[in-house]
Amino acid sequence: MKPAVPSGVEPILKTEHLRVVYPPSRRGEAPKVAVKDLTLEVQQGEVFGFLGPNGAGKTTTMNVLLGFLTPTSGEAYLFGVNVRDPIARQRIGYLPELTYYYKFLTAEEILRFYARLFGLSRLEADRRIDQLLKLVELEHARNRLLKHYSKGMQQRVGLAQALINDPDLLILDEPTSGLDPLGRMKVREIIQRLKNEGKTVFFSSHELGEVETVCDRVAIVHRGELKIVGRVDDLVRSHQANLEQVFLRIIGYPTCLAA
Amino acid sequence: MRTWLALAWVVVKELYRRKDFYVLFVLTALITLLSGSVTFFEDTRMVRYLREVTLLLIWVAALVIAVVTAARQIPAERESRTIFPLLAKPVTRGQVVLGKFFGVWLATGLALVMFYGFYLLVGVWQAAPGSLALGLQALWLHWVMLAVVIAMAILGSLLFSAPSVNSTVCLVVVGGILLVAGHLNTLAAAQPGWAGSLLYGLYFALPHLELFDVRDLMIHEHAPVAVGPFLVATLYAAVYAALLLLVAWWVFRRKALST
Repeated sequence: MKPAVPSGVEPILKTEHLRVVYPPSRRGEAPKVAVKDLTLEVQQGEVFGFLGPNGAGKTTTMNVLLGFLTPTSGEAYLFGVNVRDPIARQRIGYLPELTYYYKFLTAEEILRFYARLFGLSRLEADRRIDQLLKLVELEHARNRLLKHYSKGMQQRVGLAQALINDPDLLILDEPTSGLDPLGRMKVREIIQRLKNEGKTVFFSSHELGEVETVCDRVAIVHRGELKIVGRVDDLVRSHQANLEQVFLRIIGYPTCLAA
Repeated sequence: MRTWLALAWVVVKELYRRKDFYVLFVLTALITLLSGSVTFFEDTRMVRYLREVTLLLIWVAALVIAVVTAARQIPAERESRTIFPLLAKPVTRGQVVLGKFFGVWLATGLALVMFYGFYLLVGVWQAAPGSLALGLQALWLHWVMLAVVIAMAILGSLLFSAPSVNSTVCLVVVGGILLVAGHLNTLAAAQPGWAGSLLYGLYFALPHLELFDVRDLMIHEHAPVAVGPFLVATLYAAVYAALLLLVAWWVFRRKALST
């Protein structure tokens, strides 16, 4: 049996005793603990699923990793650099759950803009833009303003922008939510391709069948706490159940009801 | 520098793809043309009156463009959630504030060049061009004054929840400064006790935007401003804009963003 957390290698993504407490929104309310003492490591080349029911603290953890939110205590690192330092984000790609981009720009313009933020040369940016628009099948619409794009097309632009810097770590928040079956398949293909290239993918999803197919390891969080972390095949084997049933058992939902 | 230039480019692009800028320009151009079509030369008082009206229109239009555009920059990024893919890149919040500032300032500068260029062209056409040197000085002083206003509006956009509230407050404050700030010391001298001290405090703390208003010199065809005061005024605006942007950065840095 392979270890749940490979040791001896510098993790690509690491959180140490991460704790996030939101102040009360109203007087008299108690502060809300969104993440409790989360310690996690993701190694290079892994496809890592970050699972949990709504309100479990997945998005809050991602917000900390991306520097949108400062943790109440604990630290988070990407490539060994504290996430408070913007350099930590130089080698990552991020696809938010809901993709909203500047609607007054074209797909090509928005990709060029993000390429400039990563410091890509004009030549390199041209090459990447051509490559990515081909990958997400938007070559024909490259000069169309994003406000004229359908939801699926916008999601594909989102995927292209997440890959513009050829990232070593891809953080995906519900990457297939709102996509049609074809779009989902495309995302799965891309994740698989990245995995074959040795890239690391960290993603949250409610599509447990999909997670079971593409992930090497998963972590399940519930009410801000890390409940379990391990290899998908090990979890499935040890619980004698599929990932969905494992998930439901771990969060304390009676699986007989689910069946 | 590359980062905030990229951010500024997006702001400029947005401004010229939006219709409100063109509306203001066409409106001002129409009124300027109308004033230009009146025969100036038989009656010098009429020339001065028309110049006054046209320059006032340019000031009002530029102020509206600067305040409204600056006030919506960061709130629009948050509302449309474009801030998340942006901050997931190696971009600091300070760079966002600077990029937005320079974008709006550049865009406003382009608008000013069009407005003043048009004003001077109409003057040439009517054989009453006035001093070109003074015209250029007026344009520059107007533009550096707007740098303070834009920095103020960006700071306001991080303090007030709605861009419309921020725009209104900014326009009232700027209007108040332009009309009253120069007289605060006289008022303070007439007030005993703490009221006088408060007015003196305000007199020294507020940016004296009225110092950048050389419309009277243009209307009455005075000589251009001496180089010394011209440079001091530029430095004065730069210091105030920098201070306001510093506070804006400090406020933005402390803001938690949650997807």
